[in-house]
Amino acid sequence: MSADVEYEPVIGLEIHVQLKTRTKMFCGCELSFGDPPNIHVCPVCLGLPGSLPVVNARAIHLGLMIGMAVGSELAPRSIFHRKNYFYPDLPKGYQISQFDLPLCLGGKLGDVRIHRVHLEEDAAKLTHVGESGRIHGSDSSIVDYNRGGTPLAEIVTEPDVRSAEQAREWLNMLRVTLRQLGVSDVNMEEGSLRCDANISIRPVGDTELHTKTELKNMNSFRYIERGIHAEVARQIEIVRSGGKVQGETLHFDPRTERITSLRSKEEAHDYRYFPEPDLVPITISAEMLDAARAEVPELPTARAERYASTLGLSDDAAKLLADRAELAAYFESVLEVDSVEPVAAANWVTELAARLDEGDPAGSKVEPRALASLIGLLSSKAINVGAARQVLDRLVAEGGDPLAIVEAEGLGAIGGGDELADAVAAAIAANPDVAEKIRDGNMKAIGPIIGHVMKATKGRADGGEVTRLVRQQLGL
Amino acid sequence: MIDREQVLHVARLARLQLTDDEVERMAGELSSILGHIETISGLDLDGVEPTSHVVEVSNALRPDVPRPSLDREVALSQAPARTADGFLVPSPQA
Ligand SMILES: [Zn+2]
Repeated sequence: MSADVEYEPVIGLEIHVQLKTRTKMFCGCELSFGDPPNIHVCPVCLGLPGSLPVVNARAIHLGLMIGMAVGSELAPRSIFHRKNYFYPDLPKGYQISQFDLPLCLGGKLGDVRIHRVHLEEDAAKLTHVGESGRIHGSDSSIVDYNRGGTPLAEIVTEPDVRSAEQAREWLNMLRVTLRQLGVSDVNMEEGSLRCDANISIRPVGDTELHTKTELKNMNSFRYIERGIHAEVARQIEIVRSGGKVQGETLHFDPRTERITSLRSKEEAHDYRYFPEPDLVPITISAEMLDAARAEVPELPTARAERYASTLGLSDDAAKLLADRAELAAYFESVLEVDSVEPVAAANWVTELAARLDEGDPAGSKVEPRALASLIGLLSSKAINVGAARQVLDRLVAEGGDPLAIVEAEGLGAIGGGDELADAVAAAIAANPDVAEKIRDGNMKAIGPIIGHVMKATKGRADGGEVTRLVRQQLGL
Repeated sequence: MIDREQVLHVARLARLQLTDDEVERMAGELSSILGHIETISGLDLDGVEPTSHVVEVSNALRPDVPRPSLDREVALSQAPARTADGFLVPSPQA
């Protein structure tokens, strides 16, 4: 292929999320993170002979909730399969997963179609001890089976993603959705959300799928974006120099930006799936569906859509609030106070959020009623924006009532009274050259006069009112 | 007929080390098993649902309630090799 052919990436994502249950997928051991090793283990999750798995009902419930959130078809009957391979993090020699009858089929989130969602068990944690330095191959690893058997939902997309940036943005949408669903902590650092990317390239305009590689174990959205960039560049280089992309599993090292092959060919995937004889099929009853549906809240994409279409918020403002459930809840409680204008409410909830770092405004000293009252003072021009920000700072620090703060601090706006007119007259007198420019029709020169008035009134004057008075006094 | 390479491939997946004699014998035994399967494949099974389970039971579920785990010492007591708090295994990367 020639060098002038343009290529586009074709990317599918596989996301593993640890489900927020109390116990493991197939046994009653408690889930944990950061506990001492091997204290949450039993014959089932150690794979001891004679032990039998039993499915955690809550994991099925959470799986159904995910399916509903992404609009999957929920399988009336689904079964578990054994996925056979040997690795020390898998004590039975197989992982219990799902194969041709997953819990959820199809669906869509944003502009990316979902292929399937299935349930499986997590592997244990391996810690490499390091080389002895003397005998080749004498390295050893330590296994901690606490994590082994943790319920996972694997979400597989269709190859609908066309860029590394889109992958990062979509994954963020998925994370926000799953967090608000309450099915997972979706914390990449703690490993409760993990992502692999299947990547291929093709000439722009081509509709076929070409050989893909699988980029594994990327532990932050930023690394995923950079990893995909690096792998797409690598594939384009191979194809442009006349080579062929090999289907293989790859690792991206974010430190060196290098991509290396993870598994040798002889260990190519040959999992010999067969139905797990120790587990009977799952048939989804109307009661199970009702229970799952009752727990699915309004999701960020739907909520942002509602804020934009029925409340008139900009898409950005709508998304900003909808993506954080606690901001959305606070915003809605501000709206419930009398007749607060939604766009103003959104602006001031955003202002408040910026002052709280990542904190929940409901846990702050600022009552929704106080924020609504602040917005009222501003919209009735009793205070100007600068004063409103000062009041908000005080509310964040101490709480209280905005009107009382305005009165105590003398932050009330100076309206159309003599005080403001006098201040404007003084400002014009102090800036005769500016006044001259304005008389000549150059309103843009007004800055120094407004500045003078603001200084004289300690920032309490309304900019619009000052401009009106300047024009009036200059006879314009 | 299963050939030698296929036997070695399956043996590798199962982490089994076979002698040449065993490879020979396995090739024969596996071939005869596959022969039985071929007989079944010859039947007209259009419209017959595959049987994944032989019992008519579904939804054997467990409430999400913690149960006591094993004491760590008990868990580790069966390990061929161990550290103070973990199972020691040959490194899979080695
Ligand atoms: Zn267990």
